[in-house]
Amino acid sequence: MIDVWILTVVCLVVLMALATIRLVVGPTAPDRVIALDTVNTLVIASMILLGVVFQEIIIDDVAIVYGLLSFVSTLYIAKYIGGEL
Amino acid sequence: MTAVELLIYTCLVIGVVFNSLGVLGLLRFPDLYTRMHATTKATTFGSIFTSLAVVVYGLSMFFSQNGSQYLNLAIHAFLAVAFLAFTNAVSAHAIARAAHKSGIKPMLAVVDRLEEAKL
Repeated sequence: MIDVWILTVVCLVVLMALATIRLVVGPTAPDRVIALDTVNTLVIASMILLGVVFQEIIIDDVAIVYGLLSFVSTLYIAKYIGGEL
Repeated sequence: MTAVELLIYTCLVIGVVFNSLGVLGLLRFPDLYTRMHATTKATTFGSIFTSLAVVVYGLSMFFSQNGSQYLNLAIHAFLAVAFLAFTNAVSAHAIARAAHKSGIKPMLAVVDRLEEAKL
């Protein structure tokens, strides 16, 4: 029963590596921002799964705080791109 | 294989497939706005389903083994994915508005209502 969780986490890590390609080659700055946002979403999803793998609830709490901090940083970068800063 | 395990496997497969479609759209679509359309919706949907598998696992272990840490796991996973669903939509809207304001236009669009509106 534990093996399928680890397999799912490995799939999500491979998807993060593929999204990093767009983060490197993206032509404009908002492309890089949405690639970073995708990587953040996949990190949160894999953290929730790692809470089951290691049987630790603290990893899910870390996922909540990580999600809120990445939301704040994305809004800040969006204000910088829009020229309101 | 019990019914609960079958439900968990189905949720995990749906989540991984939709996350893969989102990343494929991020790599292959031609424009900023189409890439955002692919990644925001598909990745949020896939993450909701992988976390729903964790919630189902926690609830089934709570009702079969009666340990309170499994109920704690289910509640925290549900809270994390609820915050994720709301914040992803808001941040995608903010990035799209800022990109349109900074001069990036949709490549193949026929109408652009935001440019016609005087804001």
